[in-house]
Amino acid sequence: MSNLRTANIEAKDARIKVRWIEFTIVRSLMICALISVVTTLAIVVILAKESSGFFQEVSIYSFLAGLEWNPLIEPRQFGVIPLVLGTLLVSVGACIIAIPIGLGTAIYLSEYASQKTRQWLKPTIELLAGVPSVVFGYFAVTSITPLLQSVFPSTEIFNAASAAIVLSFMVLPTITSLSDDALSAVPRSLREGGYALAATKREVSLGILLPAATSGILAACILGFSRAIGETMAVALAAGSTPNLSLNPLQSAQTMTGYIVQVSMGDTPHGSVEYQSIFAVAALLFLMTFSLNVFSQSILKRLQKSYD
Amino acid sequence: MSDLNQNSNANQSVLSALDVSLAYDQRTIVKNVTLNLDPNSITSLIGPSGCGKSTLLRTFNRMNDFIPAFRKTSGFIKYRNLDIYGDDVDPVFIRRRVGMVFQKPNPFPSSIAKNITWGPSINGFQGDFDELVEISLKRAALWDEVKDKLHSSGLALSGGQQQRLCIARAIAMDPDVILMDEPCSALDPASTAKIEELMSELKERYSILIVTHNMQQAARASDHTALMYHGELVEFGSTRQIFNSPKNKVTEDYIMGRFG
Amino acid sequence: MTPEELQRKLQSSFTDMDEIPLFKDNLNARARGEFLFKWTVRFSAFTAVFIMSLLLYRVLQDGLPWLSFDFLNRFPSRLPERAGIKSALYGSCYIIVLTTIFSVSIGVAAALYLEEIAKKNRLSQFIEVNIANLAGVPSLVYGILGLAVFVRYLDFGRSVLAAAATLALMILPVIIITSREALRTVPNGIRMAALALGATPWQTIWSHVLPAALPNILTGVILALSRALGEAAPLIIVGGVTYIAFIPESLFDSFTTMPIQIFNWAGRPQVEFQGIAAAGIIVMLLLVLTTNAFAIILRNKFSQKSRW
Repeated sequence: MSNLRTANIEAKDARIKVRWIEFTIVRSLMICALISVVTTLAIVVILAKESSGFFQEVSIYSFLAGLEWNPLIEPRQFGVIPLVLGTLLVSVGACIIAIPIGLGTAIYLSEYASQKTRQWLKPTIELLAGVPSVVFGYFAVTSITPLLQSVFPSTEIFNAASAAIVLSFMVLPTITSLSDDALSAVPRSLREGGYALAATKREVSLGILLPAATSGILAACILGFSRAIGETMAVALAAGSTPNLSLNPLQSAQTMTGYIVQVSMGDTPHGSVEYQSIFAVAALLFLMTFSLNVFSQSILKRLQKSYD
Repeated sequence: MSDLNQNSNANQSVLSALDVSLAYDQRTIVKNVTLNLDPNSITSLIGPSGCGKSTLLRTFNRMNDFIPAFRKTSGFIKYRNLDIYGDDVDPVFIRRRVGMVFQKPNPFPSSIAKNITWGPSINGFQGDFDELVEISLKRAALWDEVKDKLHSSGLALSGGQQQRLCIARAIAMDPDVILMDEPCSALDPASTAKIEELMSELKERYSILIVTHNMQQAARASDHTALMYHGELVEFGSTRQIFNSPKNKVTEDYIMGRFG
Repeated sequence: MTPEELQRKLQSSFTDMDEIPLFKDNLNARARGEFLFKWTVRFSAFTAVFIMSLLLYRVLQDGLPWLSFDFLNRFPSRLPERAGIKSALYGSCYIIVLTTIFSVSIGVAAALYLEEIAKKNRLSQFIEVNIANLAGVPSLVYGILGLAVFVRYLDFGRSVLAAAATLALMILPVIIITSREALRTVPNGIRMAALALGATPWQTIWSHVLPAALPNILTGVILALSRALGEAAPLIIVGGVTYIAFIPESLFDSFTTMPIQIFNWAGRPQVEFQGIAAAGIIVMLLLVLTTNAFAIILRNKFSQKSRW
């Protein structure tokens, strides 16, 4: 009897110990999950705090509306529009190239390719996404720019067109695989409905599948665009470092990311205005990509609901 | 020319299968089936699930082309006198004349009117589209319910209405034959009754081949009935004969509900 | 026999289809359209393959002559024939090992908490949205974060430790997301079975759920790490230097990595340095692409097997 009793007490002790261990583990796991929230907060706080120093020297209005970006040499000018224009020129250009190719690839993968082709083609495209950004930059400088120069002799050594082309290769996998997902999510019954109405594959793809997958494809394109805006090393190598208020793609251009890298590579002293300016530019970059991402996510969420 | 007009007897059947065997990879699904479809009649294809009736149905407009493993191992499928699986036959050409309604209603996620006009417009319809929408919806007995919301989404309709929209969509192509693959299996009894009623009106213009699980439906709605079992055509004849005096033991067992 | 001829023949044999001219199928033109479209999408699908091969060809052609065992064993130099990648190679390896330790422990823990423990309430939903948003933040912004928090606030300096911590934060969202997907594929039966045997939730997770999800978690981790390996932008901001003639020995030593070194070489005007850059790219790609391909193969293998 007493044996059973001590056994029971021992078991109780063990259970308390186990429960205490459980509690500690669960708490520490929770802390790990909260690190992501802390990260977001830290990004917002740091960008706000550091760029507020910059905005004490330069007014927000002259930053956002200024047409001249000349941060290093007197008289210094901090109008961000040339950088934004450079960024948009390069990333819109990249999307103009990548979206049709990506959509075509997605249609090929989901409608035309045999199971076998799909099995090796998809990983190959994913592999393209794994190539580091600097490699694309190198490719742009050594291959694309000379090619452009042989076609358009007026092309500068560093130019926006080359950056846009190489950037399009980089966002192609994103656009392709998300569009492919969107097309594959269209139920088979809709395809059959189309074919039963004597439609060819092209007519089903363009007339039924694309419209049915619009929101997914839109989300893919927006995400691709946002990636293009945030892309750094390839663009910094290919586009050059001259801020230009021009839409000529054969001229050198500087993007927001390119500027931040340029300043970081140099020996700009802490606390100087040009040093603080990278935080202001980064804050703007963050706001742009963040709102694009939220937008594309809200589209995807709506899509998910409509299929449930 | 000659081979098309030669046989006036075969001219009478709209669709025919001659000694047809079908397989997925190495697995034979349909064995040596021969079947003729009279114009302006309803033929139902019954049998336990997995007997190959849907596979057979889908060969009549070559919908099986999209299944990589599918193969036709023997025989001919003919529409009028044209060999559907002939080398120079474009499946699009066949599907324009042999329409199809599926098991689950599958309207396109666009407006009711667009659902009906899409097929005809890509196939070069020459007439008036508004008229086409009205006529097709009337023939499918859906006009009165939707005439005020032609431009709202087809997905907003009830299941029975969606299925009638799909029938209207098939009718709008002015087909010769309509294939129906268990069109009522996803519907409630009231909608089912409506579609059966509709079928008997439609046979004035079209020939209908319907696959059904439901023996009462076959008995009620069709002129001819074919029973398939394990990929073989067990018996084919007028519905009355099949249900009242089946010649084959399997048929008798099946319609008595002894298996299936 | 063309489809048009067929149609004419058929019509002549129909008596009841005189009304048919309502339709002009125009099958020939549509078949041509179909043919053209099919080749267009096929062509676009193979652009990715084409680009990938062109890129590899270019890099191998430029870089192989410069690649040697000495190249791996020399420090950077002003003279192209004496330049090597040793410090960058070691820097990359040290940093990636540290990054792995930080990101995998925190990332998998966070995924376990969110997927296995947290109740589906507002907080966990908020964390989820937050992680999805973090995954879309440009890598450069993580560099800014690392600069402010690790380099300055925590005073790690421009060191190996700061670099690894920055990269870990950057890939954390991806690791959490892929680990959660991996955990989701573990069938509920395993959890129920373990719990029914009297195991505590944590014992169930640790000895049953986690091992079952491990292959898929590993795939996501490897993909994320290979991305970190090729990433230069955030490390340039954190303070990667390009001229380092020693191998880092402590966590607080300054560092360089392969992509930073390649960026520096590729940006130099001398042609010889283009070759050196290409040689560096070969070394980096060998590491990045093999790990990448390994992960993709691993995933394909397990995604086929793990359909329970």
